[in-house]
Amino acid sequence: MYVIQILLVIFFLFALSRVVLRYRVGDLRVGGLVFWCLFWVIAGIVVVIPNSSAYFAEIVGVGRGADLVVYVSLVVLFFMIFKLNVKIEKINKDITKIVREESLKEK
Amino acid sequence: MILVVVPAYNEEKRIGRVVRGLFEHDYKNVLVVDDCSRDNTVKMALKAGAKVLSHKINRGQGASLETGNEYARRNGYDTVVHFDGDDQMNPEDIKMAIDKIEKGGYDIVLGSRFLDDRSKIPFFKKFLILPVSRWINLVFTHVKLTDVHNGFRVLNKKSLDSIRITQDQMAHNTEIVKQIKKNKLKFTEIPVEIRYHEFGQGIRGGIKIIWDLIIKV
Repeated sequence: MYVIQILLVIFFLFALSRVVLRYRVGDLRVGGLVFWCLFWVIAGIVVVIPNSSAYFAEIVGVGRGADLVVYVSLVVLFFMIFKLNVKIEKINKDITKIVREESLKEK
Repeated sequence: MILVVVPAYNEEKRIGRVVRGLFEHDYKNVLVVDDCSRDNTVKMALKAGAKVLSHKINRGQGASLETGNEYARRNGYDTVVHFDGDDQMNPEDIKMAIDKIEKGGYDIVLGSRFLDDRSKIPFFKKFLILPVSRWINLVFTHVKLTDVHNGFRVLNKKSLDSIRITQDQMAHNTEIVKQIKKNKLKFTEIPVEIRYHEFGQGIRGGIKIIWDLIIKV
């Protein structure tokens, strides 16, 4: 095992522990817990057994395993940006509502 | 009952003049919505005799106008005037707009800088930014207007109840026109004077508006 693999696995374990912690304190729902656990476990498998990505790449018709990892990462990243954007917009609207109600209370 | 809503942000030097100008033209109900100014806007507006509502966090001009509209809805006003706090508008123009509402049967009246020659619009703005903005507005709203985004408008009760401003920043202008179309409100434009102290919305501001219109649905 290379040093980079060890470092990445340690980081993924740390990320997993954060996911569980966030779930325990109630910041994450069951769906989120399952998604992020799967995400970091799969990332760990791909790092420890690099050929595993090649196996899946062949199944879905992508040339190399590394390409599949990049494609999937990009899709996940864009989706996360979209979700974050929606969330931020909602928070912004909620802040405006609160600020408005607060100001309307002024006599 | 008429309410003049004046959104203001860091306008301590001009807000007093704006409020006094409105009082001098016999508009007795002037509401300044202060958008968390860092200067003495609130103090100067109060000193001039306006009713003031303050946003604790800066939310943008669209949010301030909707706060003013909501105040009008809750307090039984049947006509609302949107009037900028930077002393660019002329209170004399309000009367013609009110007449259009009361006698002409219009639901909403929008100000236009292009229906007479009182507004001295900067060259670059007049011949490049505003024509492009008008075209963008037409694309987004399907409503053909002679002007865009000057902020002067008068709403009757029907408009006040049917228009909800959700665009907190400057895209609210286009949003309002979209809602005029959607709610089938009877609208017209009247000539207004805009006195330029500063350039106003530049290209960067325009791009931000388009971004908001596409992203913030």
